[in-house]
Amino acid sequence: MRLSYPSNVKVVKVPCTGRVDVLLILRAFESGVDGVYVAGCLEGECHFLRGNLRARRRVEYVKGLLEEVGLGGDRLEMFNMSASQGQRFAQFAQEMTERIRLLGPLPVRKAPGNG
Amino acid sequence: MIVGNRKDFGEILEKLGPARRVLVLGCNECVTVCGAGGEREVGVLASELRLCWKKEGETFDVKEHTLERQCDYEYIDQIRGFVNDYDVILSMACGAGVQYVAETYKTKLVLPAVNTTFLGVTIEQGVWSERCQGCGACILDMTAGVCPIARCAKSLLNGPCGGSSGGKCEIDNELDCAWQLIVDRLKEAGRMDRYEEILPVKDWRTGRDGGPRRRVREDMRL
Ligand code: SF4
Ligand code: SF4
Repeated sequence: MRLSYPSNVKVVKVPCTGRVDVLLILRAFESGVDGVYVAGCLEGECHFLRGNLRARRRVEYVKGLLEEVGLGGDRLEMFNMSASQGQRFAQFAQEMTERIRLLGPLPVRKAPGNG
Repeated sequence: MIVGNRKDFGEILEKLGPARRVLVLGCNECVTVCGAGGEREVGVLASELRLCWKKEGETFDVKEHTLERQCDYEYIDQIRGFVNDYDVILSMACGAGVQYVAETYKTKLVLPAVNTTFLGVTIEQGVWSERCQGCGACILDMTAGVCPIARCAKSLLNGPCGGSSGGKCEIDNELDCAWQLIVDRLKEAGRMDRYEEILPVKDWRTGRDGGPRRRVREDMRL
């Protein structure tokens, strides 16, 4: 298909979105990324039956945490697509990139000695 | 197990006040199993604090550490070497653990990050339910293994009340009426004769009404 998607999107491969846990998402934000989205298989088509459904619940949970912290839940999203829907993959990458551009970079103020 | 609930982030932040050197201290026992204050929850809370303070441009030092238990001195003692590097210990254990940590490090500010809620069981992954209130004189033999103290909204010893309908309690139509459960189980076990017996007034001195409790086993003492 040779589709292109924004080069700012960094893909982290996991065997199934069921592997994506709360800490993994938080650590991504801590490492300084401005947004995270989880790309799961279509609902009802998980090889492990419920991996993508569980991932969605965790995404919802972490959205709540991001709201609490004041970073906003919109910086995180879950999308579903099948392995053959390269078009949708590129489209979501575009959509998310635009959304995060509007939100701006993750608010981080420089302070000396932050660990 | 003891079941608890993580406090809201806003409340934790407020309690922390200006403190920025924080030791987030988890417990490997009950609060780990009920997802309130184990190593993972320590990781989540520490991460939330870091993200929040980075956003504000604050200087901070958040340390994550989880003890085997916070209700035994030998484990609490393990943090002695570095506890003074922090202004505050944010304990994610049950209330007993928080208190024992505070008793041990008297000059430290020790704050609870969890609301300790009840003694209960895991119904399914992610769902817990109350079972016991530690009354100190168990009557489960008389109630077909269902505790009316903890599970009946009115703690009735001879129930049900008039509010029992369709097997549910009048305070919440999702909540099983404990006395309906007791009667169903007595019937199943062919023990309805037990239901004819009136349970006497309970002596609450073994419970909290007798004041704080203490247990000693002389043969175990050193
Ligand atoms: S009768 Fe007392 S000890 Fe027994 S389960 Fe109920 S509250 Fe707990
Ligand atoms: S309906 Fe049942 S559980 Fe609820 S208060 Fe009455 S006896 Fe207790």
